[in-house]
Amino acid sequence: MATLRIEECSRWFGNVVAVNDVSMSIGPGITGLLGPNGAGKSTLINMLAGFLPPSAGTVTLDGTATWKNPEAYRVLGIVTEREATYDYLTGRQLVVASAELHGLDDPGAAARRALETVAMQDAQDRKVGEYSKGMKQRVKMASALVHDPTVLLLDEPFNGMDPRQRLHLIELLRRMGAEGRTVLFSSHILEEVEQLAHQIEVVVAGRYAASGDYREIRRLMTDRPHQYTVVSSDDRVLASALVADPSTAGVSLEDGVLRVQAREFLRFAELLPRVARDADVRLFEVSPADESLESVFSYLVEN
Amino acid sequence: MNRTIIRLTAQGMLGGRRLWLLGALAALILVIAVATRLLAPGSPADGATVLRTIVFSTFLPLFGLIVGTGAIAPEIDDGSVVHLLAKPVSRHTIVQSKLVVAVGAVVALAVLPTVLAAVILGTGAQTVLAFGVGALAAGAVYAVLFLLLTLLTRHAVIIGLVYALIWESLVGSFVPGARNLSIQQWALSITDAIAPAGVVAADVGLGLACGLIVAVLVVGTWYAGNRLAALTLATED
Repeated sequence: MATLRIEECSRWFGNVVAVNDVSMSIGPGITGLLGPNGAGKSTLINMLAGFLPPSAGTVTLDGTATWKNPEAYRVLGIVTEREATYDYLTGRQLVVASAELHGLDDPGAAARRALETVAMQDAQDRKVGEYSKGMKQRVKMASALVHDPTVLLLDEPFNGMDPRQRLHLIELLRRMGAEGRTVLFSSHILEEVEQLAHQIEVVVAGRYAASGDYREIRRLMTDRPHQYTVVSSDDRVLASALVADPSTAGVSLEDGVLRVQAREFLRFAELLPRVARDADVRLFEVSPADESLESVFSYLVEN
Repeated sequence: MNRTIIRLTAQGMLGGRRLWLLGALAALILVIAVATRLLAPGSPADGATVLRTIVFSTFLPLFGLIVGTGAIAPEIDDGSVVHLLAKPVSRHTIVQSKLVVAVGAVVALAVLPTVLAAVILGTGAQTVLAFGVGALAAGAVYAVLFLLLTLLTRHAVIIGLVYALIWESLVGSFVPGARNLSIQQWALSITDAIAPAGVVAADVGLGLACGLIVAVLVVGTWYAGNRLAALTLATED
């Protein structure tokens, strides 16, 4: 059982603040680090992995800083996002080398086990440079698992994977989480994270935005005020009918465009067709105005 | 020292085009030696002059630059160095293991060709030995210095080239005082001490040269380990 702790941690690169006063604690089980691209997820993972010192605050693994502490790698397994590996080695040579560097008693057996875990035995004697992106990802995973780590950090592990490889990795991570290991993976896709993580930490623009299990995060994301543009047979009548209901936060009619601000997604979805029918107005078009992931995330930050 | 790192470094550094480049440099020395012997036969002292100007002024600094930076720079540039860094291995051990490979390459592809060239030029047994020892000292110091430079700046190759070509070849020849800070002169001082009198002239005293060589090797290796321990990996965000 191992716990990673980030306390009042900031990291800046020159004038750019990549991580801004973030605190979180990551315990056994699977935690998803969710945020849009450029939110500071990789910076956080690099700090947890001991590849980068925090500019302020502390990053610890069971109370010991990970920066400048190579001994931490006895329990840490890391899969980075960057693809580069030793392309001139075969998959097996790469994993055996990892096992040797960890000082394992039987590097060959450990490497075989790890390659079997990621289902790469068939391709193990081909050069890493000839692998596809998904295969590289898996052999890097084998290399990170070879010493049976209690903590596993993965930066965007699903990038470049086909659906079958994705399922396989999900299954593998679930198994590791169930065994009581501390697994942290980053992703910018909500569905990916909620499928796998029992705990989700959301970061946006370098700042901590929200945390909880997937139900809480899903609720935070769907229960926010939604904005729609509506085209109907009589916008003015529809507007006055909608504004009478408490689940409508606001209505505007400008330049012939009807914009509706809904307080709650589900109630509004049910309200709009009913109100339109009662007012005898035909709906031609209902489109969400701000459904980009960034706007969802920035809503979380504002609250 | 770690055998796995030595093996990985040797494969990475000598597995590709770099080996051909180093081999071509080594072959060039031998070609020059043979050509000199055939086309312009001279006294053993002339042979020593050819070796000093070609091998010590140009070839060894370039060779040291290629192996010193090649031992670690490509891994840092493409990020594959995380494979080594994410392991419970002392950063000093990593640096020392990489230097073993770099110095091994110096012996096989720089010292040996120098010795052979000296034999071809007919400089005499004692001078051959003198150039061999001198080339080893210079090659090892360059390798350590340029590996350290890789860990200090992203522009190691450019700075290294400027040092190798401008400082060692030009400044040292025109500004006598600068020779105290020329690795070439330190190595020549050792060569001078071993070779028969008058074959090679050195401007730096033997004691000072040996002291400086040992100091750079020891301090440079140690400091490179410290720098590797503090190496931060750039992130995309």
